[in-house]
Amino acid sequence: MFAENKHYPLLRFFCIAALILLTSSPENSSALETSGEISGQGSLFFHDGAWDGQERQSAALAAKLEIYHGITDNLQFTFEAFYRVDSQDSERTHGDLRTAEFLYFTNNWEVIIGLSRVFWGATEFVHLVDIINQTDQVEALDGEEKLGQPMVQVAIPNDWGVVEGFIMPLFRERTFPGEKGRFRSPVAVDSTLAVYENGDDQHHTDLALRYSTTLADADLGIYYFAGTARDPVLLLTFDNNHRPILFPYYEQIGQSGLDIQMVAGEWLFKAEALYRTGQSRSYAASTFGFEYSLVGIYNTMMNLGLIGEYVFDDRDQRWLPTIYDNDIMAGLRLSVNDMDDSTVLIGIIRDIHYGSTILGIESSRRIGDSMRINLDASFFIDIDREDPAFSLAQDDFVTIELTWYW
Amino acid sequence: MTSNGRFYSCILFVLVLTVQLLPGSPGYCETAEEKGLLIATEADRRDDGFGDYTAEMTMTLKNKQGNESKRSIRTKTLEVPGDGDKSLSIFDTPKDVKGTAFLTFSHKIGDDEQWLYLPALKRVKRINSRNKSGSFMGSEFAYEDIASQEVEKYTYKYLGEDTYQGQSCFVMESYPVDKKYSGYTKRISWLDTTEYRLHKIEFYDRKKSLLKTLTVGEYQQYLGKYWRPGIMTMVNHQTGKSTVLNWTDYTFQTGLTDKDFNSTSLKRVR
Repeated sequence: MFAENKHYPLLRFFCIAALILLTSSPENSSALETSGEISGQGSLFFHDGAWDGQERQSAALAAKLEIYHGITDNLQFTFEAFYRVDSQDSERTHGDLRTAEFLYFTNNWEVIIGLSRVFWGATEFVHLVDIINQTDQVEALDGEEKLGQPMVQVAIPNDWGVVEGFIMPLFRERTFPGEKGRFRSPVAVDSTLAVYENGDDQHHTDLALRYSTTLADADLGIYYFAGTARDPVLLLTFDNNHRPILFPYYEQIGQSGLDIQMVAGEWLFKAEALYRTGQSRSYAASTFGFEYSLVGIYNTMMNLGLIGEYVFDDRDQRWLPTIYDNDIMAGLRLSVNDMDDSTVLIGIIRDIHYGSTILGIESSRRIGDSMRINLDASFFIDIDREDPAFSLAQDDFVTIELTWYW
Repeated sequence: MTSNGRFYSCILFVLVLTVQLLPGSPGYCETAEEKGLLIATEADRRDDGFGDYTAEMTMTLKNKQGNESKRSIRTKTLEVPGDGDKSLSIFDTPKDVKGTAFLTFSHKIGDDEQWLYLPALKRVKRINSRNKSGSFMGSEFAYEDIASQEVEKYTYKYLGEDTYQGQSCFVMESYPVDKKYSGYTKRISWLDTTEYRLHKIEFYDRKKSLLKTLTVGEYQQYLGKYWRPGIMTMVNHQTGKSTVLNWTDYTFQTGLTDKDFNSTSLKRVR
C-alpha cells in the first residue's frame, strides 16, 4: 500500500504510538481533531500520447485523513495519510504518510520527530532550493506535492534568527509515472530498480543545517545539505523481456542554498540560488524575479499580481537534464476576493535557447461551505526536439478536480 | 487581524495629559486638529497595558442578494511597548483554508510587516503591506481597517459633539498619513465622551464619496479596564455588501510573548 515495504517498521511504530496517544487521555478529547478530504479528478488530453500505452483520458479518486492531537500544551501529534486510485496509471495508484510527527516545543526550542514536511523557497515557478522532502512526481506535474520525510528536526528561534538542524535516517524514493501514465519520459522509469551511489542505500543518514532571519524588509535563509540527491539520474537498462527501461540512480550530493523574499513598496522581490557538488560536475543555479500587486483593479475588490521570473541552471544537461536551464517566466495572479475565494493563475514558461513554451492555467473557487473546484490546464507549444520538455510535447491537458472537505 | 478588539476603541499614543488639556475643559484655546489628536491619544492611552489577549471571531460576509458565507478565525494579539501590536490570525473555516494564518507586525511609523502561512504547502509567504486598501479575505474590511490602529497613522480634526444611540460622542475626522496607499481620503469617527470607545466610522473613498460605514457595539470591559466590542458591522454603500464580525472568548494576559509571533511559531499554529 505505501510506497516502499522497507517503511513498514517505521509506519508500524507511528501507528502504534498514535493509537496509544489517541486512546490514552480521554479527558483531553477536545484536543483531538480529525478532518480530511475526498477528491475526484478527471483529465482530458488533447492529443494521443507520444509514447506507447498512454491514454487520452484518466480519472482518479483520492482521500486524505488528518488527525491532530494536542497531548499537552507543549506536545502535539499530527498524522496525515493520503491514498489515490488512478484509472490508468498503476504507479499513480499509491499512498503515502505525508505526516506522522510528534512536535515538542518550549519558548526557546522545538523538536519534531517523525515523518514531516518542510518547504524552503521563495519564487513562484521553479522551486530550486526546496530539498528536504522527495517529490511525489505522479501527483502533480508542478512537483509541489511531496512525500513525508522521516526526520529529527530541531529548531532554535532567537532574536537574530532561527537555526534548524535536520537528521534524516531514511531516504524516500521519487515516484514516477508508469507506462500508461502521461508526463513521462519516452522510456518509462521503473522505480523498483533504484540504485544508490552510497552503500547504505536508503539508509544513508542525510543531514541539513539552515539559518533563516528577517533583516529589515527581507526574509532570507541559507542552508547546507549533505546526503542523497532527491533528483536521481535516469539511466537506461533492459528488463527481463529485453525491453529498454530507465532506472533511478541516486547520488550523494552536497548543496548550499539561499532564498530571499523582500518587500519594496508595492514590489515583492524573490530569489533562490544553489551550488551543488556530486552529480557530474559541480554547478550553480539561480531563479529570481518579482511580483507587483495591483489592488482593487477597475474599482472592484479584485487584486492582480504581475509575476516575472527567470531561471538559469548550469548543470551537466547530459547527466541530469532539466527543462528549466535558461527560461523566462511570466504570470498573472487574479484574486477575485469574492465569497468563494475565486482565483486564477496564468503562467508562461519560455525556454530562451530553444523557444519552447509552456502555458499553464490554474483556477479555483469554493462551492458552498466545504467544497472546492479546481480547473487546471497546460499547453506545450513549439517544444523543440532537443529540449528535455520534448517528452511532454503531446501532453496538453485539462483537469477538473472537485474536493470535499470534512 | 491584529488588534481588532483593541481596535478602534483604542486609538493611539500616549501623551501625558494635564487636566487643563483634557477635551472640553473650559478656558483652553486649542485648534480642532489639536483637540482631535488629544481625543485619539486619550483613547489609546486608556487601552495601554493590556499586555496580550486572545479572542475568537466569526466573520459573516453578505452580498446584495442576501447570500451569506462565514469564516471562523482565532486571533492572538501582543502589545509591543513603543510600537504597534503583533498579531496572529488563524482560520478554522472554511475548511479548505483551515490552518491558514496571518502574522502581522504593525508599526506606528512606516509600513506594517505581514506574512501568510499556507498549511497545504507548509510555506510562509511575505505579503506586501502596501495592499492595505485591499479586501481582507473577501470581506468588506480592508487590511488597513483590521490592522492595529496606531495614533500616528492618521492626522485628526475635531468636529464637535453629537448624540449617537443615546450616548454623548466626540465626532472627529481623521486623515491617513499614508495618502498614496490608503483607500481613504477621510474617516469620520464617533467616540463616546465617557469611555472613549469607538461606536461608528464613516469611510470616504479616494473620490471623497461615502464608501462604507462601520458600527461597533456590545462592548464589555475586561480586567476592569479594557473595553472590547462584541460586534462590528461594516456596510459598503456602493456595493450593498456587508460584513459582520462577532467577537467572543476574549481572554487577557494569557502569557503570550514575542516567541509566539515568529516564523517558527507560525508554522506550528493550530
